[in-house]
Amino acid sequence: MSSDTRTAPAPQRAAKTSVTGAVSNYIDERTSISAVVKEFGRKIFPDHWSFMLGEVALYSFVVILISGSFLTFFFQASMAEVEYDGSWVPLKGLEMSAAMDSALNISFDIRGGLLMRQVHHWAALLFIASIGLHMLRIYFTGAFRKPRELNWVIGFILFILAMGEGFTGYSLPDDLLSGNGLRIIDGLIKGIPVVGTWISYLLFGGEFPGDQVIGRFYTLHILLLPAIIVALIALHLVFVVVHKHTQYPGPGKTNDNVVGYPILPVYAAKAGGFFFIVFGVIALMAAFFTINPIWNYGPYDPSPVSAGTQPDWYIGFADGALRLIPPGWEFVLWDRTWSFNIIVPLVVLGGFIVVVLLYPFFEAWVTGDKREHHLLDRPRNAPTRTAIGAAGVTFYASLWAAASSDIIATHFKMAMEHVIHILQFTTIVGPFIAFFIAKRICIALQKKDREIALHGYESGRIVRLPGGEYIEVHQQLDEYERWKLLNFNEYQPLMIRPNAAGKISSAQRVRASVSRWFFEDRIEPVTSKELERSSHH
Amino acid sequence: MANEEGGTGLVPADASVSHGRDVSAGTAVVQRDLAQNPGLPPHRPRTTDLDPKADKRSERGVSLLFYLSIVGSIGAIVSYFALPIVPDDPASVRLNTLFIGLSIALALLSIGIGAVHWGKALMADHEGIDIRHPTRGTDATRERAVEIFREADQESGFNRRKLLRNSLFGAFIAFPLPAIFLFRDLAPADNDPAELLRHTMWEEGVRLTRDPEGTPIKASDVTLGSAFHVIPEGLNETEHKLEEKAKAAVLLMRLKPEDLNVSPGREDWNYQGIVAYSKICTHVGCPVALYEQQTHHLLCPCHQSQFDIKNEAEVIFGPAKRPLPQLPITIDADGYLVARRDFTEPVGPSFWERGEYEQ
Ligand code: FES
Repeated sequence: MSSDTRTAPAPQRAAKTSVTGAVSNYIDERTSISAVVKEFGRKIFPDHWSFMLGEVALYSFVVILISGSFLTFFFQASMAEVEYDGSWVPLKGLEMSAAMDSALNISFDIRGGLLMRQVHHWAALLFIASIGLHMLRIYFTGAFRKPRELNWVIGFILFILAMGEGFTGYSLPDDLLSGNGLRIIDGLIKGIPVVGTWISYLLFGGEFPGDQVIGRFYTLHILLLPAIIVALIALHLVFVVVHKHTQYPGPGKTNDNVVGYPILPVYAAKAGGFFFIVFGVIALMAAFFTINPIWNYGPYDPSPVSAGTQPDWYIGFADGALRLIPPGWEFVLWDRTWSFNIIVPLVVLGGFIVVVLLYPFFEAWVTGDKREHHLLDRPRNAPTRTAIGAAGVTFYASLWAAASSDIIATHFKMAMEHVIHILQFTTIVGPFIAFFIAKRICIALQKKDREIALHGYESGRIVRLPGGEYIEVHQQLDEYERWKLLNFNEYQPLMIRPNAAGKISSAQRVRASVSRWFFEDRIEPVTSKELERSSHH
Repeated sequence: MANEEGGTGLVPADASVSHGRDVSAGTAVVQRDLAQNPGLPPHRPRTTDLDPKADKRSERGVSLLFYLSIVGSIGAIVSYFALPIVPDDPASVRLNTLFIGLSIALALLSIGIGAVHWGKALMADHEGIDIRHPTRGTDATRERAVEIFREADQESGFNRRKLLRNSLFGAFIAFPLPAIFLFRDLAPADNDPAELLRHTMWEEGVRLTRDPEGTPIKASDVTLGSAFHVIPEGLNETEHKLEEKAKAAVLLMRLKPEDLNVSPGREDWNYQGIVAYSKICTHVGCPVALYEQQTHHLLCPCHQSQFDIKNEAEVIFGPAKRPLPQLPITIDADGYLVARRDFTEPVGPSFWERGEYEQ
């Protein structure tokens, strides 16, 4: 049989080629697509598990688009009041908005409807989570350095937009929980000085809750925000192609090359297959795990609310920030109300966002390094950056934990007041502690790397020398393993030099002290002389 | 922390690291005698490269997965028909969701795992190397770009004809302005939002009724330690029910009269220890729905503000600042609880213009 197929194919393949050939020719003559294939078909992509986080984000977004389109065919974005007459008995006869009614119908009267709702919601959660992790990966490996600063900014805006998508989508079913979320937004907006009252009035089309906001959020959710997100994702990916992907340092890898697999066929198979895996995992979660059971909450009503209700986790940090404000931060001055219990969290969170957004430019200013960086840093090899990141994560995590303060209190049987005070402490002092610890750990790891590069691993094997002395045999690394430990970027603190006029500008002085703070503690990389010497031992 | 040798071996990183262009490396340093990159490690063949049987096995495995995917897709369609949603039967919804979901997941995961395995085990796995080029255009390209702009400027007179250019800028600034005004009608034009926030449905003689039924409450119904969720009578019939409710919702409690600390001017706001407070949190507006009977504290579930009913709902913890506004109540001729008047201050979250209404 197998010998048959080996001899037979010649004419067969010729016939096949001519069909595909004809089609390709037809298309190419009208699109010059062959140039695209030539340019990108064999483009090399490096391999590493952490590079898949961004892929997860991209693929879950595609799943969101697919499942979301399905949902729009059935959803009514209207706050017109209707009487529920669907299959879910406990709510029968209740008055609710058409939005809630149709969301319930999707859940209980359309085959696969609940599945699609849950696919959509799980995919959205995965989308935001994977963007967050992807950003952490980018940050801690220094992938944001030149020439990728702008792509960091784009990615960051995408993160904010994704949260906007999440919040608007969460609000659409007009159930009790999402209505309460809107209520909080309304209160927040009203607390903004000068324009707050009017912004709320315009957003809700009158007094809260009004009969407009669901329709307006729907437009944002399915038209405006997705359009911007799609455009920015496209731009984000164009930049990935223009810059070529970063890679971790390793044998054979330099700042001037990319080592990996070509798009066609290996990368296409792996990445394409990975899309189906992500989609499949989301489908599994949607099949097994209920998410956002609006039928348990009931329609929105401004009066009832239950204890322990929480926003979707990605909004948690903002909710937590509100909870941490001590009592009494509101004043009347010149007949106007200054709600610092709202202004302060808004300003602090806004500031945090701006700091994260601008970090690449800050670091570039400190190092003064104008070179392109395509080799990633291992986090330990950039101790101060890693420590700043750890501080930021601690800050965010404290706010996030604060959003569950009531649950923490009941779970650990603590007084609410104590939980809040502890979290106020960790929010303010925690980042400093985290900074210190992370930096120490990084430097310790660097030292260890240096030891291992020079003397190898401790093998645990003890031998007795002819002279009677006992030593532990060190297992030397091979040169490829060792290179991973040796190859990293290094900076020294800035030395202040007078400028042409013989003066030292204050900007220089500031930069020098920041630079000292950054690079004072460093571990020297191993030199080849040292290596040689150690190998003679 | 530098080792003793480091000082002499250190030189500022030179430009050659960056594509031979003269780019500042800032404060970066390199060791003069840094160890050499050993180059790519030797290629290690996989079992599928060495053992034709393993290769065949992998191939069969992958194609099996692809067939399995077809099974999953068909399974989803079968589940769609075989597990219909039966009205009033939530279990049928669960089954329908579960099996359609599982089948779709099977179809997708099989394709995914199969393709990845094909890529990993069967496709040629020789690593390729691409050379990077600086992101900036070459000097020639950049010069040409500058020249194009210069030519365009000359040909259009963009910088020469100042009047023309500046008037165009003016037009560009002006043309989006109408949009701002068009958005004014997002909300009705004839109302002042601050004024709307000032009033609720409560007025003299309006009965306190149960939420949501709307049945009136006799003073004798309110026993010590009980709490009622209250709406004004007639709320359910109003046109803007939710908007009114979002302002007028009230919590009614009875305390021992001697437990109440009543401030001057509010002596007749409670009725024999029965007090009514706005249920809308003065922080950002959640319903303050949790009443602790022993301590007479109200707790807001959103950010844990606590209000002390014994002391006219003053804030004892949490981010809220102002006490919950009190609704002055009494009883009517039939013994039903009624409001004496509207709240004396706006209820709910703070807003900019609110200060005007404070005493
Ligand atoms: S809304 Fe009540 S504490 Fe925030």
